[in-house]
Formats: sequence, structure tokens, C-alpha cells
Amino acid sequence: MKNPMETPPPLTEHDAFLVRLGRVCIDGFEGGRALSSLFLRTLWFTFRGSRPKGATAHEAFEIGNKSLGFLALTMGFIGMILVYQSAVQLGRLVPDYTMVGANYGELLVRELGPTIGALMLATRVGAGMAAELASMVVTEQVDALRLCAADPVDFLVVPRFLASLVMTLMVVVLSSAFAYGTGAVTAFIAFDVRFDVFANLSLIDFGDVMTGLAKCVAYGAAIPICSCHCGLEAYGGSAGVGRATTAAVVLSSLAIIVLNFFISAGAFLVGL
Amino acid sequence: MAHSDSPSLVRRLGAGTVETAATIGAMLALLGRILARATPKRFDRRELVRHLEFMAIESLPIVIVTALFTGAIVVIQATPVVQRFGAEGLLGWGAGFGVLREIGPLLTALMISGRVGANNTADLGTMVVTEQVDGLRALAIDPLEYLVVPRFFGLVTTLTLMTVFSDLLALFGAAIAGQALIGLSMHGFYNGIAGGLIQFKDVAHGLIKSVAFGLIVALSSCHFGLATSGGAPGVGRSVKASVVTSAAGIFALDYFLSFVVP
Repeated sequence: MKNPMETPPPLTEHDAFLVRLGRVCIDGFEGGRALSSLFLRTLWFTFRGSRPKGATAHEAFEIGNKSLGFLALTMGFIGMILVYQSAVQLGRLVPDYTMVGANYGELLVRELGPTIGALMLATRVGAGMAAELASMVVTEQVDALRLCAADPVDFLVVPRFLASLVMTLMVVVLSSAFAYGTGAVTAFIAFDVRFDVFANLSLIDFGDVMTGLAKCVAYGAAIPICSCHCGLEAYGGSAGVGRATTAAVVLSSLAIIVLNFFISAGAFLVGL
Repeated sequence: MAHSDSPSLVRRLGAGTVETAATIGAMLALLGRILARATPKRFDRRELVRHLEFMAIESLPIVIVTALFTGAIVVIQATPVVQRFGAEGLLGWGAGFGVLREIGPLLTALMISGRVGANNTADLGTMVVTEQVDGLRALAIDPLEYLVVPRFFGLVTTLTLMTVFSDLLALFGAAIAGQALIGLSMHGFYNGIAGGLIQFKDVAHGLIKSVAFGLIVALSSCHFGLATSGGAPGVGRSVKASVVTSAAGIFALDYFLSFVVP
């Protein structure tokens, strides 16, 4: 735990621009180091640790089953919006709606399903994890764990990490299927595209599926690491819990957007 | 997870429905009370300016990163489609359309909800659980006039302005990605945007949406902040409830506005 008393004094308005810039760089570097350290410790304890039985299953239930309704709601809406908007645009160019379903399916598999789904998971699951861990930190329950010679990373982070790795994939696949369904219904009602024409999977190839899967795994790992990092770094009572939860949502969402860029660009460059 | 003592499905469904209705009702009541204090004499204008400055500056870095990367991703995903049609000149049109009408407002709202909305809830929630809000009441200061109304208008304004900003940045990021990935010159890209297929109403469509998103984010963040109870864990629960409600509200509003707004 970083002792807040050791951190340098907060910046004031009178500090020079260079001082601020330097502080931002140092903070960013420190944050990156702490995140990678947490990630490595999590991986280490994944194979070597001894966490209580059933903890992973419990977290999986919290992350997966309890998020499914929220994910289905938001992904259902995004499916309807996207099919409607893209078909309207297509109509301005060539009023031929037969390929809407095929293009939508490809986009859903390689981009929208994983990314929008993970952004929603980051909001719901990330905020939940950070709030839980930060509450434990400020009420000194984490210190009590250390006192019992139980590493908080092994006890608290690893179950969440494993559960998120599995359940992100599950929830994203299920909610993407739901979004595909709402898209098909929208295309049928608004543009008279028959279901058998819409359900055209010919554009989805191996590369699309692999890109989507890689994104699911990367997001599933990034969300718990970012959120648990923010939760464990909390200090200072209820204000600290609020700060940690806010930081967790922002950090996991940013991580998803940046990872999305690199995975998409990588897949594009190797020609998947 | 065995729920031996959990109530039946119908009962849970009913409880969920009642709870959702209660939240929506409380948020609408809060909106009414905020609007009743909307004349400049009824709320603290200095607080509004302070919040505007704070919210805009603290969300600038994430808005910049999000917008640049999002623009690039839109181009990466649109490239196979335009190449299939053999129409690279349409890339600017496709990216511009997607960014201005959908992705720009949506992602900016989600990020502002995470940064500013969650921060709002955490602030208000901390004040509630440490009884600072009761303190204000004891001094005959209306917490709504002093705390909530400035945050509400600050957030709506911030989100709308940030959407304009991130639309521009995302198009810039898209132009860079188009040049780097398929060698389409920036000139050609901006020609695609300005070529007449994208009209002012597409920009307006996105901006109208962002105002609506600002309303829902501001309302849910203030509502859940004021409804906090139960110490430090309560603040965490409130922040989570606030961002979840904001996100669900943003997507639901996005859907309805996509149909209603031309």
C-alpha cells in the first residue's frame, strides 16, 4: 500500500507548466508500473495460489449472470440503432438492403459485440469490483487479510480475474446473439428484409472470429486488473471509495478503447 | 449459487419493475425540482462556472484519447467494406457519417458518464454520508440550489461542447488512420466528408442526442448521489448504480432519438 503521506504535495495553480507536465509523466509511469506489477502478481497466483474454494464461481455468478440482463438491454438497443442507421445511409446510395445483414453480422463479430459489450461490462463490473475492494481497503479489511498472511491479490484479485476472463466471453457471445436478433427484427419491420436474407453469415470468416475472440480475452483480462488496481489503491474514507470507483470506470473504459485500436490495427495489418 | 430463500421469479420480476418505476419517478421529480430553480437568480452562478471549468478540464485527456482512437477504429473497420464495393473515395463519407451521427456522441457520453458523472455521484454521496448536506440544510442553504443545479447544467453543457470537440478530433484520427492504412490522402478523406452526402442535419442529429445524453447522465448522477446511504460502501454502490443507469439510459434514448430526430 502506498502511504498517502509519502506522495509529494498536490499541485497548485502557481506551479510552472513544466512541473505539471513532469508530474503527469511520473504519475503515468508509476500507474503503468503498478498495473503491470498487479497483472504479473495475478498471473503468478493464478498458478501458485491457494484461494478459497468456490470464490471464482461466486465471482463468475456476480460478473456473468447478474450482468446478462443489463448487457442484453444495451446490446439489444445498439443492434436496432445500427441496423436502422446503416440501412438508412445505404438507402441514400443504393437502395438494396440484401447485404445489410451480412455486413452487420461481420461488424458485430469483429468489433461491436466485444467492444460495446466490454464497455458496458467495464461500467457495471468494473465499478462494482472497485467499490467492493475500495470499501474493504478503507475499512481495513484488506489489512486484516495481510495480517492473516493471506495475500490480497491471491484472495481478492485472482478469483475476479479468472471469473472475468471466462464470463466476459460468455456474456459477450450471448448478448451479441441478442443484438443480432434485434437487428434482424428491425430490418424486417423497417426495411422488409426477410429473416432468411438477413441471416447471411457468408462474410464472417476465420479472421473475424479470431479478432473477436482475441478482443474478448484481452478485455476480460483488462477490466478486473484495472478495476482491482483502482480499488486496492483507495485511501481516505467514503470520498476515497468514490474516487476509486470513478477511476476504475475511466481506466477500464480507456483500456478497452486503446486495446481495441491495437488489436484491430494488428488484425488489419496481418490481413485477418 | 443456491438461493434457497430467494423469492419466486414473479415476485422478483415485480420487485424489479417497481424499483425501476420508483427510480424513474424519483429522477423525473428531481428534474422538476431542478427546472423550478433554473432561473439564474435561484442557483449559485459562481458554482456553475467553477463546475464548468473543472468538468471540462478534467475530462479533456480522456475525450482526446477516446476520440482519436475511435476515429481510427471506425476507419479500420470500414475499410474492408468500402474496398468490397471498390469505393475508397466513400471512406470519408462512411467514417464521417458513423462518427457524427452515432459513435461520436455515444462514446463521448459514455466516457463523460464515467469521468464526470461518476465523480458527481461520488462527491454528492460523500457529502450525504458525512452529513454535510444536512449541515447545509441547517444553515438554511438549499442543497439543490447550491449543489445540484450547478452540477446539472454544468454537465449538460460540458457533454454537448465535448461532443463537438470529439467529433472534430475523431474525424482527424480517422483521416490519419485512412492515410496510414490504405494510403488515402487526407485531402481525399475530407473531400468525402464535405462532398455533399453528409449534411448539416447529420451533425445536428448527433448534437441533439448529446444534449439528451447529458440530461440523463446529469439526472442519474445527481439522483444516486443524493440517495446514498450506508457509509463508505454506500458511496461505492451509488457510483455503480449511477454509471449503470446512465449507460442504460444513454442506449435507450439513443434508440428512440435515432427514429425521432431526422
